[in-house]
Amino acid sequence: MEAFTTETSKAIVIPNDDIDTDILIPKQFLKNILRTGFGINAFYPWRYHEDGSQVEDFPLNQKAHQGATILITGNNFGCGSSREHAVWALTDYGFRAVIAGGFSDIFFMNATKNGLLPIILPEADRAILRECQADEEVTIDLEQQVVKFRDHAFHFDINATWKEKFLKGQDDISLTEQYEAQIKAYEAKRPVFD
Amino acid sequence: MTTMFDKLWQDHVVAGKPGEPQLLYIDLQLIHEVTSPQAFEGLRMNHRKVRRPDLTFGTMDHDVPTENIFNIQDTIAKAQIDTLEKNCKEFGITLAKIGDSRQGIVHVVGPERGLTQPGKTIVCGDSHTSTHGAFGALAFGIGTSEVEHVMATQTIWQTKPKAMGVHVTGKLPHNVFPKDIIMGLIGKYGVAFGQGYAMEFFGDTIDDMSMEGRMTICNMCIEGGSKTGMVAPDAKTYDYVAGREYAPKDMAKAIAYWKKYKTDDISDFDKVIEFDVSELAPMITWGTNPGMATSVREPLPAVEDADDQKAYDYIGLHPGMTASEIPLDYIFIGSCTNGRYEDLKVAAEFMKGKHIAPNITAWVVPGSRAVRNRCMDEGIAQTFIDAGCEWREPGCSACLAMNPDKVPAGKHCASTSNRNFEGRQGAGARTHLASPAMVAAAAVAGHFVDISQAVTA
Ligand code: SF4
Repeated sequence: MEAFTTETSKAIVIPNDDIDTDILIPKQFLKNILRTGFGINAFYPWRYHEDGSQVEDFPLNQKAHQGATILITGNNFGCGSSREHAVWALTDYGFRAVIAGGFSDIFFMNATKNGLLPIILPEADRAILRECQADEEVTIDLEQQVVKFRDHAFHFDINATWKEKFLKGQDDISLTEQYEAQIKAYEAKRPVFD
Repeated sequence: MTTMFDKLWQDHVVAGKPGEPQLLYIDLQLIHEVTSPQAFEGLRMNHRKVRRPDLTFGTMDHDVPTENIFNIQDTIAKAQIDTLEKNCKEFGITLAKIGDSRQGIVHVVGPERGLTQPGKTIVCGDSHTSTHGAFGALAFGIGTSEVEHVMATQTIWQTKPKAMGVHVTGKLPHNVFPKDIIMGLIGKYGVAFGQGYAMEFFGDTIDDMSMEGRMTICNMCIEGGSKTGMVAPDAKTYDYVAGREYAPKDMAKAIAYWKKYKTDDISDFDKVIEFDVSELAPMITWGTNPGMATSVREPLPAVEDADDQKAYDYIGLHPGMTASEIPLDYIFIGSCTNGRYEDLKVAAEFMKGKHIAPNITAWVVPGSRAVRNRCMDEGIAQTFIDAGCEWREPGCSACLAMNPDKVPAGKHCASTSNRNFEGRQGAGARTHLASPAMVAAAAVAGHFVDISQAVTA
């Protein structure tokens, strides 16, 4: 996993609440057996017309927004299915952080596994961030736990373990393998009824 | 004093302090073709094994065609299915593949095989894993990286949610079902009320409910924002598990152990909500999330915000219409919410000796091969066929339309599944969730009817 320390980038604002995983990546794209190639279809239902042509004024399609790595959105982001493909669609598009009012629990966990930083900010802060124009930048400083925009600095909370993982870009499984002795001990005392 | 959820959690902690992410041991991982290939790929890349193939069970459900399950036309779906077969073989995992008498929707198969048991932690790369909580298990959906993590270590890092008690009381009115309870709850409290909570459903209504009804409720708690829901095990639970293929050999010992899984006192919950079902009416959804639900007796609600307007635009209806005015074209009976034996049996009662309306195309898709066989043995399948329904092979089918079962754009479908999101049943398809009885009655009438007022069935 790529480490996340600070990120300064243009931002894309999609202010809707309850953006679900069928919007982030519809199921017709879930049949891939790899982790890459999903970005082109991120936000598919809102990004493309039925005939496959682009919806011109959708932010992900606008030239001025290309290269943005920060997404600013509403409440309950990523609700719906557990598909990690929703996160892969965002990371493959190029996003490194999502700033929302809240996340579905499963989406949140998936994001933490893939170096996509989920940041929760209150409505008042996001209202200001929503003003972000195509030629402006937002900075996320994970060490300091702040989002900077214009002359504002919004503090966000993050669990210390996740923060450490992001800062170091650690892989979960190798971390857990250090607990082998405890796992073995647990297995020895698990109840079995055979 | 603690909740059942606290006990389940505490009994599985391998490492970590309260308040921080903790490492939990997983007793059962269920896998299917869509969310596992990248996990196996990851294991192979890092030369890792599946730690406990004996605690892992696979089946095929999302992609499978239900018209002719043995003839997969979609080459990408075929590749996923073949990949699962190859992976299970390589890593030594039991797989109920197409044609196997145990194949079906993963959340129907787990309980049916006796794999789902009280006191277990159960995960699957699928959000409706909450279904298994109906047995007094701690069951939740996970993402593919977590699937890989569980395969490699049989553990998972989780931050403990808070505990919410959902106190369900009262006698269900005539022809009102567990599906209506969970839809009523989400309609009332919204799609995020459970976020950050593990839900426990309890109360006299739950005590009186069948295991299948409890599964329907736990299945949909994710639509209320909670990734896990549960019901304390009781005699019904033990009876259901006993004698199944993977049930404990020593049931007496198991039951003695399982008895501790109950909440000591209501005051142990961080939050309790009350829900009285005695006046509940059959529910339907009018919009594009499960919270956009209403009683079949009420006119469709007014527009309150931009999301409502967007939903109405998508669904092609307007406020003030009655449920019976929704121009249905399709009905779908199936899914892990309502594709079990009891669901199909109730639905068949509404179709017995009748024929579906000429405007309706009807798909009945059993949740598993075992459900399918039982319905065929008992004449339930024949009732559907005689009524003019298509009787299909087991799979997820039109619940998510990743397979050939897609509702065409602009068409309205009354569905027993769990999600009415935009495009869920096919691009542009318009879904209306309801109970199996409501959907079956709608198929016959050609539109929704208030079955709680009807004299039949
Ligand atoms: S039936 Fe539907 S909700 Fe259930 S596992 Fe299959 S796709 Fe998911």
